[in-house]
Amino acid sequence: MAVVKMRVYRGDSNGGSEKEYEVPLEEGMVVLDAIHFIQANYDGDLAVRWNCKAAKCGSCSAEINGMPKLTCKTRLDTLPLDKPVTVYPLKTFPIIKDLVTDVSWNYRVRKTIPPFTPAKDTKWVMYQEDVERGQEFRKCIECFLCQDVCHILRNHDKKNEFIGPRMLIKIAELEMHPLDTLDRKEFLRTQAGLGYCNITKCCTEVCPEDIHITDNAIIPLKERVADTYFDPLQWLLDKFKGSPNQ
Amino acid sequence: MEKYETHTHDVIVIGAGGAGLRAAIEASAVGASVGLVCKSLLGKAHTVMAEGGVAAALANLDPQDDWKVHFHDTMHGGKMLNNWRMAQLHAQEAPDCVRELEHWGALFDRTKDGKIMQRAFGGHTWRRLAHVGDRTGLEMIRTLQDKGIHSGMDVYMECTITHLIKDGERISGAFGYWRESGRFVLFKSKAVVLATGGIGKSYKVTSNSWEYTGDGHSLAYDAGAELIDMEFVQFHPTGMVWPPSVKGLLVTEAVRGEGGLLTNRNGERFMEKYDPERMELSTRDVVARSIYIEVQEGRGTPHGGAYLDISHRGAEYVKKKLPSMYHQFMEFAEIDITKEPMEVFPTTHYMMGGVRVDADTTGSTVPGLFAAGEVAAGLHGANRLGGNSLSDLLVFGKRAGLGAAQYANELRDNTLKIDDIELENAAQEMLRPFENSEGENPYTVHQALQETMGTYIGVFRTKEKIADGLEEIQVLKDRASQLRIEGSRMFNPGWHLCKDLKSMLIVSEAIAKSALQREESRGAHSRVDFPKYDNEKWANVNSVISKDNGTMKIGTSPLPQMPEELRKIVEGGHK
Repeated sequence: MAVVKMRVYRGDSNGGSEKEYEVPLEEGMVVLDAIHFIQANYDGDLAVRWNCKAAKCGSCSAEINGMPKLTCKTRLDTLPLDKPVTVYPLKTFPIIKDLVTDVSWNYRVRKTIPPFTPAKDTKWVMYQEDVERGQEFRKCIECFLCQDVCHILRNHDKKNEFIGPRMLIKIAELEMHPLDTLDRKEFLRTQAGLGYCNITKCCTEVCPEDIHITDNAIIPLKERVADTYFDPLQWLLDKFKGSPNQ
Repeated sequence: MEKYETHTHDVIVIGAGGAGLRAAIEASAVGASVGLVCKSLLGKAHTVMAEGGVAAALANLDPQDDWKVHFHDTMHGGKMLNNWRMAQLHAQEAPDCVRELEHWGALFDRTKDGKIMQRAFGGHTWRRLAHVGDRTGLEMIRTLQDKGIHSGMDVYMECTITHLIKDGERISGAFGYWRESGRFVLFKSKAVVLATGGIGKSYKVTSNSWEYTGDGHSLAYDAGAELIDMEFVQFHPTGMVWPPSVKGLLVTEAVRGEGGLLTNRNGERFMEKYDPERMELSTRDVVARSIYIEVQEGRGTPHGGAYLDISHRGAEYVKKKLPSMYHQFMEFAEIDITKEPMEVFPTTHYMMGGVRVDADTTGSTVPGLFAAGEVAAGLHGANRLGGNSLSDLLVFGKRAGLGAAQYANELRDNTLKIDDIELENAAQEMLRPFENSEGENPYTVHQALQETMGTYIGVFRTKEKIADGLEEIQVLKDRASQLRIEGSRMFNPGWHLCKDLKSMLIVSEAIAKSALQREESRGAHSRVDFPKYDNEKWANVNSVISKDNGTMKIGTSPLPQMPEELRKIVEGGHK
């Protein structure tokens, strides 16, 4: 039987290193299967987060051969197997142990986003064409791969100033909800740090749900904020009227 | 004993899937201090995997539908073994619970006139399942998560409850540990809501996630609560069969709801033989058995299943209504379901049995202990209809939150005690696998249990097979008492599995004993040696499992009898 070499990061906040394992290859096998084989046969304490093993829950994110991916969705036969497959924890978040990182920052930030707020006398009628934009963003499985790959968070560690692509599509979803009444533009401009995003589209590339994060969420949000705060004509009009926006 | 953290709440909810979140939201809404404890990160619970839809008689497409027809369908689907009061409340309250989700931000698919879209499903007379493509569970859990985090509850993520604590007969808290550090934690509370889901990981071929290890079933059992209907394990007719990596992965019933056809290797639509009236949209127990028989009798597909074909609906329609299925087959099996058929075979999917509860309050037989969702029993009887679990989560999650909060509020006694010796014992039990110098690897024992359950207590059962399975389970219990693990207490999956194994063994024994006792075939419980209903002996009794001096006791109790006006609905025509 063919054998695949896996190099898996083992360690915690005090440091660690790669450990190599040999795993028998089965047809259709995914990276998470290999991790499970290692747990059952070599190291029972190898830490990995996973739940559904069906690409629906977004728990098993890791960096496979340097690329942020879901381990349950990455088939080994799509990787070059003439050399070892490396599996590392997400780099953007502090390591807890092995492949498990502390993603609690995402949950804290998410709670600061002003929630869905319908009008009191809403008639709950919505049409398919109106809900579809929001439905695209609601496919998000919160795997945080987009947060991991975003250079503003990954390389510049701007977690205090920028909420990241996952949270921006959460806001886009609320802003584009046909029956929401809140205006989150001020939040986007200030707390969310929308201006930090320079649309390199790395987030879109790694999204396992194929959400067009940049084109369908971030750019439209940027346009809304720009129309309100940075439209030169509006600026001139506001100046005469003394708007507080300036 | 080592130092541990303590948190105090009126209500502790264990499990953060649909039922747990809905319970926590309701308890918070009526003013209780709520702690929501979950084994994984928030939003990852098994509800996320639910696909086809949530059943509610909204009558948006079929105006003839109403709660009575839904009630009728649920009772017939459950082969009349359902708790009638639960089935009634469920059918009556599901529509409002679905609308409530919309008010909290859920975006269901729409009808042309702007209402919530509904689709057909097995055993439902009318188009009844509100849905979002084939990712309805994700929509539900996200909506409840959004509502929950703004409801004032405290969420304890990646925290596993290992023991319930009682003061005399009453619940007084829950004990567990943090995955990250391995440190112990105590939750003092007047009421505990179990919302821990199912048991599928006791079987090898299952659609269930790793969390489904029967935690709530075993916590309740250990605390002295009664479990009922444990012989009724639902095998979903359509799990993937190939490749091995995804064997058992769910293929949503929505494929059949949208017109999918089942055929055998000879191209015959075999459901004509088994249920000519409802064909592919027969109930799950019937379809699962039919596929099983086709394969057994040599008419299976190359990988040992049946063909399920939706390609006649056209590529665009399939991708729009069943996007997850399209991607699932494309990525895992390299099959384009818009062009070629899927191969499917039954997979362990859902537990109808569980904690015996009061229909109105969800209270168990232990004061202060409540249960909702899959861990509770009664609503679905001997067989659950598709779509009825998501509505179950909402209706009884809400009732559990209310029931637990009211109980906590009415309990004047603010001096509930926690027995230190009980905690000490719980901690010692947890730490034993670290101390054993010799012993087996928990993963090996788990695999053996999964083989046992699949082989001996699967779709078709006989007295001999179940008895052999029970014997195996006894051997596995001995093996599981001598486990050894490596590494530290920090995020250690092997250690966690030791605890999960204990739960799975309790549940497996309960399934085996109940299956052995019920000498008839009904719903999901198929005895080859008793292939027919035995209405005289078994139509009006539930199997009851309880703990008696440390051993598992099996018995029966009479099924609650429904009032005359409901009986008329059930016995009357359904259109």
